[in-house]
Amino acid sequence: MRKICLTVVGMYLMLLHAFSQVAPGDSSSYKPRKLKLEEVNLVSSYYTQSGDHSAILGGIGSEKVTDLANGLELKWVGMDGRLRKNTLTAGMGVDHHTAASQAWISKTGASRRTDGLRLYPSLNWTIENEKKGNSFGLGGYYSNEFNYQSLGLTAGFTQKTKNNGEFGLKLSGYFDRVKLIFPSEFEPAGYSGNNLAGGRDHPQYPSSPRETYTASFSFSQVINSRLQATFLMDLVEQQGYLGLPFHRVYFTDATDSVEKLPSHRFKLPIGVRLNYFLGDRIILRSYFRYYIDDWGLRSGTASLELPFKITPFFSISPFYRYYIQSAVNYFAPYGQHKSADHFYSSNYSLSAFSSHFFGSGIRLSPPNGVFNSKLSALEIRYGHYTQTTDLVSDIISLNLTFK
Amino acid sequence: MGTKSSGRGLSFFLCGLAVFIFPCCSPVKEYQKNRINDAEMSLSNRKAERNELNFQSYREGAAGVNGGKTGGGCGCN
Repeated sequence: MRKICLTVVGMYLMLLHAFSQVAPGDSSSYKPRKLKLEEVNLVSSYYTQSGDHSAILGGIGSEKVTDLANGLELKWVGMDGRLRKNTLTAGMGVDHHTAASQAWISKTGASRRTDGLRLYPSLNWTIENEKKGNSFGLGGYYSNEFNYQSLGLTAGFTQKTKNNGEFGLKLSGYFDRVKLIFPSEFEPAGYSGNNLAGGRDHPQYPSSPRETYTASFSFSQVINSRLQATFLMDLVEQQGYLGLPFHRVYFTDATDSVEKLPSHRFKLPIGVRLNYFLGDRIILRSYFRYYIDDWGLRSGTASLELPFKITPFFSISPFYRYYIQSAVNYFAPYGQHKSADHFYSSNYSLSAFSSHFFGSGIRLSPPNGVFNSKLSALEIRYGHYTQTTDLVSDIISLNLTFK
Repeated sequence: MGTKSSGRGLSFFLCGLAVFIFPCCSPVKEYQKNRINDAEMSLSNRKAERNELNFQSYREGAAGVNGGKTGGGCGCN
């Protein structure tokens, strides 16, 4: 944890140093120029959660989790010889979590480590032709944590219409590896000789692939001088090992096994955002989503945020989000699956529930920067989340934008 | 739990929005976009929402069309 804090402080000092060498510029000028650092974003969050339906213990047991997430994003902008705007964005994220349930990967609750670190760098390049109103982008993403590696590739295209609209298409593929860390009682015999009280540190665990392919479609439209909307649709195809090897399931006959889910999943979420500027001070930011997949899960999401501008540069934004879902066909609570079932899971994120998420944020973005500094915007958000499964969580986030 | 009927209702709502809103579009000149161009009118998530979307995608069965994760990362704690 101390290392992460020092890393974040170090990154912060580095970017302050970098900005001390950079004069402010105008990114909209139509003259060729080299890439120049124009924006830096720092996002930090602290998340805490409690509940009593841990999937590691088959749907019972503590779900206590804390997570400290820090992300740094640097954006360079330049114009090439054909007067196209080039934007290069590099990101680096570092998360540190603790999870009480991880101790129970060992049957006796003695797994050595109950914390973990995730590192996730990313790189995106976009070329925008302002004359033609289109843009093309490529991106790469990598994530590494103790039992999971992920490599992501994206390609995107947008085209503006004559009537203040914009079509967007983004294709992405994630190529993941799930390390096969089973609960201690299901570990292959060869592993037991070197088992470090739960086995997570065994160097020779095999892994299994998980692939996710997504095609994202969007259409945005300015409807009038106060209202704009965007329609969104994703087609998501997943294949490979889609459960997690250390999730237990307890059957009606008191035996247990490891979660077993189909190796294929198709997801279809569709959504709309509608933003409306009401009067001179209030904005209505709304979002609706309907989701369906071939595991039998249906869900609906509705959220509304009301930024209230106390001054043109300072706003308070209360928000509320409602979410409801049905269970997948393969879910049953602790001790209710039959051992003859073909697929089974007691992971409560796949159960039927509804949730409420509410909170508020503040945003400060004075024209000369916060306290006349390079810090152009400061945003803080707090949210409280409750599920009908009794899971409760809180998250506080900070976003600093330097220009 | 009525999710199917609520989903059907939401689908009708989305289609209704598409059918009724887009014909209502009126031409908006660049000089009329001072409100549309306000930072908080952006049709994307706030950067400060990024980790909220991550935890929601891990704790809920549905994900997508909100800039949140649709793949990559375990969230298995």
